[in-house]
Amino acid sequence: MSTQGARHHGSVLRVGLPAVALIVMLGAIFTMQPRATSYFGLTVLLNFTLPAIFAAMAQMAVITVGDIDLGIGPFLSLVNCIAATLLAGHPLLGWLSLAALVGAYALMGALIHVRRLPSIVVTLGASFVWLGLALLVLPNPGGAPPSWLPALLSWKPPLLPLPVLASILLAICGELLLMHTSYGVVLRGIGGNPRAVAHTGWSLLAGRMVLYAVAGACGVVAGLALTGLNTAGDATVGTQYTLVSIAAVIVGGGEFVGGIVTPVGTVIGAWIMLLAGSLLSFLNISTDWQLSVQGGILIIVLGLRALNRWSGA
Amino acid sequence: MTDEAGEAFVRLIGISKSFGAVRALAGVDLTIQSGRMVSVVGHNGAGKSTLMQILAGTLASDTGEIRVAGHAVGHGYGVRRASALGIRCVFQELSLCPNLSAAENTRIFHPALAGPGWRRRARRLIGDALQAIFPDHGIDPRRPVGELPIGQRQMIETARAFTETDHPVRLVILDEPTASLDATAAEQLLRYTGEARARGIAVVFISHRLPEILGHADEVFVMRDGQVVGSGAADALTEAQLVEMMGVVRGADPTHAPGWRGGGEQIRVEQPARADTPFRVQLRAGEVVGLAGLAGHGQRELLQAVFDAAFHPAAGLRVNGSVAYVSGDRRTEGIFPLWSVGRNTTISRLRALARLGFLTQAREAALAEEWRTRLAIRTPDIGRPITSLSGGNQQKVLVARAFAAEADIILFDDPLRGVDIATKRELYQHVHRAAEAGRAFLWYTTENTELVNCDRIYVFYRGTITDEIAHTDLTEERVIRASFGAGQSIAV
Repeated sequence: MSTQGARHHGSVLRVGLPAVALIVMLGAIFTMQPRATSYFGLTVLLNFTLPAIFAAMAQMAVITVGDIDLGIGPFLSLVNCIAATLLAGHPLLGWLSLAALVGAYALMGALIHVRRLPSIVVTLGASFVWLGLALLVLPNPGGAPPSWLPALLSWKPPLLPLPVLASILLAICGELLLMHTSYGVVLRGIGGNPRAVAHTGWSLLAGRMVLYAVAGACGVVAGLALTGLNTAGDATVGTQYTLVSIAAVIVGGGEFVGGIVTPVGTVIGAWIMLLAGSLLSFLNISTDWQLSVQGGILIIVLGLRALNRWSGA
Repeated sequence: MTDEAGEAFVRLIGISKSFGAVRALAGVDLTIQSGRMVSVVGHNGAGKSTLMQILAGTLASDTGEIRVAGHAVGHGYGVRRASALGIRCVFQELSLCPNLSAAENTRIFHPALAGPGWRRRARRLIGDALQAIFPDHGIDPRRPVGELPIGQRQMIETARAFTETDHPVRLVILDEPTASLDATAAEQLLRYTGEARARGIAVVFISHRLPEILGHADEVFVMRDGQVVGSGAADALTEAQLVEMMGVVRGADPTHAPGWRGGGEQIRVEQPARADTPFRVQLRAGEVVGLAGLAGHGQRELLQAVFDAAFHPAAGLRVNGSVAYVSGDRRTEGIFPLWSVGRNTTISRLRALARLGFLTQAREAALAEEWRTRLAIRTPDIGRPITSLSGGNQQKVLVARAFAAEADIILFDDPLRGVDIATKRELYQHVHRAAEAGRAFLWYTTENTELVNCDRIYVFYRGTITDEIAHTDLTEERVIRASFGAGQSIAV
């Protein structure tokens, strides 16, 4: 395709390429494991996309304003530990602390905006706070979530397995809220040219706080989903989700520069990152390689994109 | 035409604004009638943009009163309030979000474009405005504006200022709107401002193209040094009169140090004349050559090209000797804010100060101390952090760094912008002394009064040189005429 054409269909390609990549991966998996095509097979294959898609959506909210969240993984761990202890024992206290965590995310956004701090430093610092709190709540792996949580996660909706249904709904919701509402435009505008948005009278502080609060809320849902699947708490369980969430946003067509994100692509990106691990195990390759492969995919995608930009310039 | 209270639509009374020690506006009065086009002209730093930002609500004035439609706007005047009063501004720097489409950028502009169907309404609003101002514009309102060429982006930005939702447009400020438009689009815009005026919309038009102003504006205000120094009906003024008003020299100018001599024999920089200009660039050892003109017309590009050519030979530009660069933008490309005064001075000479790859601290300190004394940098101790110095003294450190590098060619990128006059005078003398010792200076300045320190001056306009002025022929009028495009070739 000519560069002129490629540029003109930029937004189509942005989601189109990862979608094609996902279909190819699914095709490969289904060929190797025909049993994976069944309702039950899909559920097993895709169960762990549930925390991943919400973690990726949290990351996307932060990347929308041109920031990055290096603390989302440990944040999932903290939610996991709270869900496996407080939420079962003292439901009210549990829910209040989860709500406080969402508020903490919004305040983190406010801090980054008001003090003009680099988000990479603030969220990295916060990641140690989340980890420390998680260890305080649950020093050793264990605990148990309230019984409704695993039940919810093992719910079998008609027609589509839960992970597939949740992914579709989340993608549609994200697309509607961020890409189609009029305030979503303002939020993306902040990522594109904050000064221009401020010049027209919008509050950048409010915008950043909203997006960080959304990130916190998605992080809480991701942590709860993780707890429902694991049915136990562990203060280090979420660590890998930092990389997975960033990679999902970028592989799905988002960019670090801010304002260029796609919710549908992000969900597809999360699936790709997760299925890369499954593909390895179907190929009888040790899952020790999983992290390297996920990181490798991210580097390859960014590299190809840079290459495309040079040839287009 | 007057408003309900019997007053002009906008009256600015005694507006003043200072940025630190620099006084940008010193008591400006300006009146804008509905349905009229007012043009504001002036050289760099005359205060045009600051005044417009205050009127548009993006900047607060220190003193003075803004009256709109007969009422004082009072405290808390900001963008939203200005917009509700019908005041719109097309800023000089593009203020669109590159990741959003034309329709989405219009939405950002209008809080009222919300709720179901907002996208359709936004698309129609901007589409209609574009069609009215720039017929046959060929812009796809769905594409992110970052993918569009700069001319189309400027069209969208201009058209957006004329769109209306809940508040009617009463005044549009166009700050150099034609700079990035091609001739057809510029003509379309100027024709449209006529239609807008007929509907009672006032227009403030800022441009560096004097014929455009005289041909289309109703009234012209001339600004200089933060004040309005003249005004009149556009059809009663000539280009020569405008140039004269812009260029009245005020205050005492620094004069040459005794014993000033012309350039030496050795050619340091040479660029042959290009197709678009008859002037070649030449810089000899011991010479101080000024680069003048309005900001952003190609002076910095020449400095950058000379700097690059000193390291990698380039076609069409010969540079003979080592270079040092002094930036006026000390915060982003000058100082190392966490380092001491001494370290900031000696960074350019590290190789000479090192022995077997290790720095000799005593020699480093000695060099820094030497330059502190020579340039009279006011700090009790060179070990102090650079940020403990005043702005003028920080700038002195940057100049000291360039001098300490012992380069043959020193490139000045408007280094004395915002520096107090006493510091400036001191540095002028150091430049003269260094030139006498054989250094060559290429000096870009936005302050015309600084040009008297130069042996020769090249004036830039839209990327090319429009005049070359020898020191003895220097008049500010000639610099301004060339800055606005009319050079020696067009003559007096």
